[in-house]
Amino acid sequence: MTLLTIDGMRVEFPSRRGHVTAVEDLTITVEPGEILGIVGESGAGKSTIGNAVIGLLEPPGEMTAGHIALHGERIDTLTDAQKRSVRGARIGMIFQDPLTSLDPLQTIETQLIDTIRENLGVSESDASGRAVALLDAVGIPDPAIRIKQYPHQFSGGMRQRVVIALALCGEPDLIIADEPTTALDVSVQAQILDLLKGLCRDRNVGMILITHDMGVIAETADRVAVMYRGRVVETGTTGQIINAPVHDYTRSLISAVPPPDRRLDRFPLVTYIEDAQERPEGLDLATHWLGQSRDYGAASEELLRIDNLHMRFVTRHSIFPSRRLFLDAVKDVSLSIKSGEVFGLVGESGSGKSTIARIVTGIYTPTSGSIRFAGTELTALKTRKEASPWRRQMQMIFQDPFSSLNSRMRVKDIIAEPIHFHNLADNAAEAQKIVTDLLDVVGLGAQAAGKFPHEFSGGQRQRISIARALATRPRFLICDEPTSALDVSIQAQVLNLLKDLQQELNLTMLFISHDLPVIRQMCDRVGVMRNGQLLEVSETETLFNDPRHDYTRHLLDLMPVFSGFGSDKN
Amino acid sequence: MIGFIFKRLLQSVIVMLTVALIAFALFRYVGDPINNMVGQDTTQEERAALKERLGLNDSFPVQFGRFVKNAAQGEFGISYQHRRPVSDLIAERAPATLELSLLSAILAIAVGIPMGVYTAIRRDGWLSRAFMSLSLIGISLPTFLIGILLILLFGVILRWLPTFGRGEVVQLGWWSTGLLTTSGIKALIMPAITLALFQMTLIMRLVRAEMLEVLRTDFVKFGRARGLPDRYIHFKTALKNTMVPVITIIGLQLGAIIAFAIITETVFQWPGMGLMFIQAVREVDIPIMAAYLVMIALIFVVINLIVDILYYVVDPRLRVDRAATGH
Amino acid sequence: MADTIQRTPRTRIGRAFDSDIWHSFIRSPLVILSAVISIAFFAAAIFAPWVAPHNPFDLASIDLMDSSLPPMWLEDGEARFILGTDDQGRDILSTIIYGARISLLVSIAAVVFSMILGITLGLISGYVGGRTDAIIMRVADVQLAFPAILIAMLIDGVVRGVLPRDMHGDVAIYVLIFAIGISGWVQYARTVRGSTLVEKNKEYVQAARVIGIGPIIILWRHILPNVTGPVLVIATIHLAIAIITEATLSFLGVGVPPTTPSMGTLIQVGQDYLFSGEWWITIFPGIALAVLVLAINLFGDWLRDALNPKLR
Repeated sequence: MTLLTIDGMRVEFPSRRGHVTAVEDLTITVEPGEILGIVGESGAGKSTIGNAVIGLLEPPGEMTAGHIALHGERIDTLTDAQKRSVRGARIGMIFQDPLTSLDPLQTIETQLIDTIRENLGVSESDASGRAVALLDAVGIPDPAIRIKQYPHQFSGGMRQRVVIALALCGEPDLIIADEPTTALDVSVQAQILDLLKGLCRDRNVGMILITHDMGVIAETADRVAVMYRGRVVETGTTGQIINAPVHDYTRSLISAVPPPDRRLDRFPLVTYIEDAQERPEGLDLATHWLGQSRDYGAASEELLRIDNLHMRFVTRHSIFPSRRLFLDAVKDVSLSIKSGEVFGLVGESGSGKSTIARIVTGIYTPTSGSIRFAGTELTALKTRKEASPWRRQMQMIFQDPFSSLNSRMRVKDIIAEPIHFHNLADNAAEAQKIVTDLLDVVGLGAQAAGKFPHEFSGGQRQRISIARALATRPRFLICDEPTSALDVSIQAQVLNLLKDLQQELNLTMLFISHDLPVIRQMCDRVGVMRNGQLLEVSETETLFNDPRHDYTRHLLDLMPVFSGFGSDKN
Repeated sequence: MIGFIFKRLLQSVIVMLTVALIAFALFRYVGDPINNMVGQDTTQEERAALKERLGLNDSFPVQFGRFVKNAAQGEFGISYQHRRPVSDLIAERAPATLELSLLSAILAIAVGIPMGVYTAIRRDGWLSRAFMSLSLIGISLPTFLIGILLILLFGVILRWLPTFGRGEVVQLGWWSTGLLTTSGIKALIMPAITLALFQMTLIMRLVRAEMLEVLRTDFVKFGRARGLPDRYIHFKTALKNTMVPVITIIGLQLGAIIAFAIITETVFQWPGMGLMFIQAVREVDIPIMAAYLVMIALIFVVINLIVDILYYVVDPRLRVDRAATGH
Repeated sequence: MADTIQRTPRTRIGRAFDSDIWHSFIRSPLVILSAVISIAFFAAAIFAPWVAPHNPFDLASIDLMDSSLPPMWLEDGEARFILGTDDQGRDILSTIIYGARISLLVSIAAVVFSMILGITLGLISGYVGGRTDAIIMRVADVQLAFPAILIAMLIDGVVRGVLPRDMHGDVAIYVLIFAIGISGWVQYARTVRGSTLVEKNKEYVQAARVIGIGPIIILWRHILPNVTGPVLVIATIHLAIAIITEATLSFLGVGVPPTTPSMGTLIQVGQDYLFSGEWWITIFPGIALAVLVLAINLFGDWLRDALNPKLR
């Protein structure tokens, strides 16, 4: 019998400016033991489905049409008390962020035992036995010991295992996993997906896996539903969706995933999305202000050279030196970046990539080591005034489009700030002209100038960031995970823009990312980092085809095997 | 744990020394201590002799050291106004203030916390709304006005309760208590309510705000998603997490009660330390002001120390050495 | 959730009237009422000489024959004195209006003083960090141990000790402003420090540093505008507290000189007459004080919820 049937569901959120329909006419089914993937970009309404099924829609959201049935029995019309008995005992839920999903003040044991007893009504000792067995089943070593610990004593991946164990406490028939691996590192991500797959198979549990990541879907799901703006545009088996998508949106979504196995000139665009736009032609950058007066003298072969860089943070202060704790974020790193090249840094979170970027741009002062930029030792520059001409030549683009722009400033003021600060324009009118041109260059248009950042989407904000970075006419641009907060379709547009600008302005770039396929598309040479150390540096193609270091090989193995629909074309 | 407490103790000592320094500076440099101690007809020689005898010619560190030493033994000199040792005056009046403050504190916590929890859980219930409206009135009425209104209602119009003083007190050693006689207890009712009301509303609003914050967290949502009943979510998960920030502020509020007692004591002519202090301020009786300052600081430091230890007990994240985490 | 593309009006005023805050304001009658009451008090205070029926400072117009008259609707009441008179024959209503003038002047000046001090120290503490932060916050902790009212009393006591007695009356108001102001900065400093810690790690601040902009401009142009929301809420609530503190100090006899009519002194004078039946001398100023503070608190409470994005 079909485990879960959702038929014609609509969820609406009433607001002052009219009802917002989050989900419209949704019809899906899940069989026992089956994993149904729901994929879509942010704002597609994926998470609302999970909340609606377990009856925990955030007010004022409500289900206004359709029905939900579990084993053929309607659950959307139940009373609150009845819905509660469905939650946990028949449907389990796993949330995105394991760091905030667990009660910090209770031991894992208490949380597990209380959940088991509440759902199954067994005795304390029985529950205790089950709790240890569950921890063992989700792959936590020494479960009998670790069960006595508090959540903060577990790492992110281990906490997500605990969360999964908690979701399994009531022996549910259906699990809803809402972006269960998004907050985790690649290597941990693979383990958690394997665990979920195994659990569904062994316990004959059905699962709805909600994600934005096509790679996760390809590795895990049996069937897929593709969502766009609150509607399912296409359903089918995973193979069918990935290899022969029918709907235009699915096609462009899949083609936008950068292929890990080859290098393309440009990223394929998701043409289905309305606000996709390319840069208008007509600006000749070589003769424009941006390209002009780039009076940096003769381009030396080596633009940036880092030698024996070391960065140590104090994580616990104490008057007694022996009680102090340190974190060595960057350990003895040396590298060199040639003029005009794109140098990639890849590694998992905490590997020290971003720290290097922040040292080079002067946000952090290194503990020791040397940084030579165009032949000048930057660590020897003591005052801000002394460093200013060099600061102007290097700019940075940040990861989070929502925090990288001051929400209280208009776009034109954001972009004009570096121009005024470095006295790059003779008068206000000239500055204004430059701002307008910059907005054109990044594909936003002059009408964006008078608006505030919150009026733009994530991808558009990232374009504003790029315009700001270009406003000092830099020759060295650091991109710190510039697209990891963006949807895959938007990512392609932003990366194409960066690539074009790099070529036209002959920029030197340090490109930081955890995403190997993106690195492959963008970079000429790549350095691999782990725990603050630079493990190897190679030409990009060499690195992907013939990795020298074991860790690099490990990372490459973890890359999603999914190779997109785009590989059939061009 | 021991290192933690040691560190806190060290900080407390620094705080006390700072306060002592301010108190000493008050004592030594505000007005002329000699002028305040002697009469008009005292000769220059006698003044000089007194100055020498009191050690006012010694160097600053020596004088401060002596002040700290004396203060540690509870000696703060002679009150200008009463011509008696400050320590005696305080010992006489401390029981009145402490009985009043303690009762008010218990009242404020015992009523404030449950009301805060209730209004957070039943956010839209009519009783919650009523409590919230009342609490807003509660924090808008100045303490002295509450006292006056109570006096008008229960003292002047209904004539149920006495409007001033402590009533009959019983002497237990050096401690005088009003809790053992009917008139003493009757006299305590209005001042205790007056003093408690403001803190009670403050605690209630604080608990409510913190609890609402906790009820929005992911782990509460996850608790609901795995079928835990409301009773469990509210009282086992949310309440405990609410108490972590609330403990600190309640600790501070308890310190505030002693100070707010000044107002209540003035309104009800309650013979406690607060009344003595306000008279000292009006009459510039520096030794009493200095002593009171040091005492309030001591109470604060002790409460803070207790709060820190409580924190340690409630929050496991502090208990484990950070070096051992992250596996 | 599906995107909602919102059409926002272009002009600044248009945007203000379309904002969620305006809509939440216009929908709650209680908040509108409290705003109206607050504004009425402010207006009455500013235009006191024109609004008040009598001038309680003008000794010539005060007649002891008029002393202790009840409100006009009671027996013996006179229409000239709507709310009755006090023991010296001053009109209660006029005294309340002139008293509100003093109270609001002192409170607003004290709030502004606290705000400037607290914001500055909070910004420095949060942005510079390290030892500077530790020192400022330790001072804040210690001061927090002493309730504002106690600190204000101590300062008043010290000034009394330092200055000759007859000079005290002249400077009493400034002492009061300083005392209430200095005792309130901690809340601002803590909040601003907290927000600054959050803001300084945001990438827009890092972007400004990458451009090469110095800390003072970053604090002024980037961080300050982003931490003003909570400060506004604190300032509103602090104004209510400052009014209460001023009244309390005056009531205790350590605030404005007893000859100056303020709500606190009026209530204190009236307390003695409570037992002889002249309740109006205390009760009307008391009600006025409570209503003003309640209105400001209601407004502050609403403002806090309206500015809290989590509650929307």
